[in-house]
Amino acid sequence: MDTIQQALAERAAEQQRHHGKALFFWVWGALLAMTAIEVYLTYQHMQPKSMLTILMGLSLIKAALIIGYFMHLKYEVSRMKWLTMCSVVACLILMTIFFFPDARRIIDLGVK
Amino acid sequence: MADSGLHDIPSVYEPSLFGTYSKKIGMWLFLLSDSLTFGALLYAYSYGRISTPDWPTPFHSESIINATIMTAFLLTSSLTMVLAVRASVNGDSKAQRLWLLATMLCGTGFIILHGREWSKLIAEGLTLPMFPTVPGQEANSEFVNVSKNVPQFAATFFGLTGMHMLHVTLGVIYLGVVALRRKFIPILLVCWLVAWLGTPSYSPFHYGAHVLLIAAIVCTIILWLKPKVYDSSDVEVAGLYWHFVDLVWMFIFPLVYLMSAKIL
Repeated sequence: MDTIQQALAERAAEQQRHHGKALFFWVWGALLAMTAIEVYLTYQHMQPKSMLTILMGLSLIKAALIIGYFMHLKYEVSRMKWLTMCSVVACLILMTIFFFPDARRIIDLGVK
Repeated sequence: MADSGLHDIPSVYEPSLFGTYSKKIGMWLFLLSDSLTFGALLYAYSYGRISTPDWPTPFHSESIINATIMTAFLLTSSLTMVLAVRASVNGDSKAQRLWLLATMLCGTGFIILHGREWSKLIAEGLTLPMFPTVPGQEANSEFVNVSKNVPQFAATFFGLTGMHMLHVTLGVIYLGVVALRRKFIPILLVCWLVAWLGTPSYSPFHYGAHVLLIAAIVCTIILWLKPKVYDSSDVEVAGLYWHFVDLVWMFIFPLVYLMSAKIL
């Protein structure tokens, strides 16, 4: 590693040292609790649409916790956070716009 | 987050735009591209589900419990991975190795449970044309009609979960190399032999086990060409990959298992 790379790695390590272990245990507990809620809802025979909305909402919160705390993105510079998240979200939105209306159209046409 | 100080270090390179070292940026870029791969697979599954009115819901309570335990294994492995990174930045190499091994253990538990689930579904008739026929399988097995009438289900289910299982397997190998370096190669070869000889010839895992052999060859070449002691930055980068695998499962679990549950 050259000097700058070494310094950057050292700084990243320094940031990691500031987090207490307790924070990670809280995040882990929250993730397990949300998983338990998801499984509980499965046994409640809910309408698929409401079920999907709640499950995806919980999954997004779980994803945010993993990315923010476990993957440490919360503590990166703003440029890193915005560029990485915006690019992925933009691509996924594009996929949604193109795929799902077409899937619905197939049902409306009555294709079995 | 101030970058001052880093800019004053003399170097032929420009300072990092993202304020971190290039290995980490490289891994983030790989993960972004990989998230689109999984995004496409999840969209394909969801597209199939929306456009197929008689989409099957084959997962009984037993499968849901199995998948929940698998989720708990992955979440716990993420915690142990974070603790490994923490130990590595604190210079505690013994704790680092132990936490990495704990992470590998949880990952291996996930793979074994997932393999068991796949084998059960295949034995009950949910299969792909490329999978060998299970001897003694009855024509009225529960999922035989599912495979015939809604082939998209088996294709997207095995495609999505198989891709994820491959990522978890490669993640365990990656962590094994970081934790044990050359000592991990013979362990990997033993795992390959056990997986290959211990599975029946009609199981997809019988030939899938060769991934371990290929990985052992690739790891040997890498470790021979560039032998090194992995430092805290390597552990952190490996951790990013591992957490990503966990992250993807947070979407597969509800979309594939919980939304297709058959709870009576």
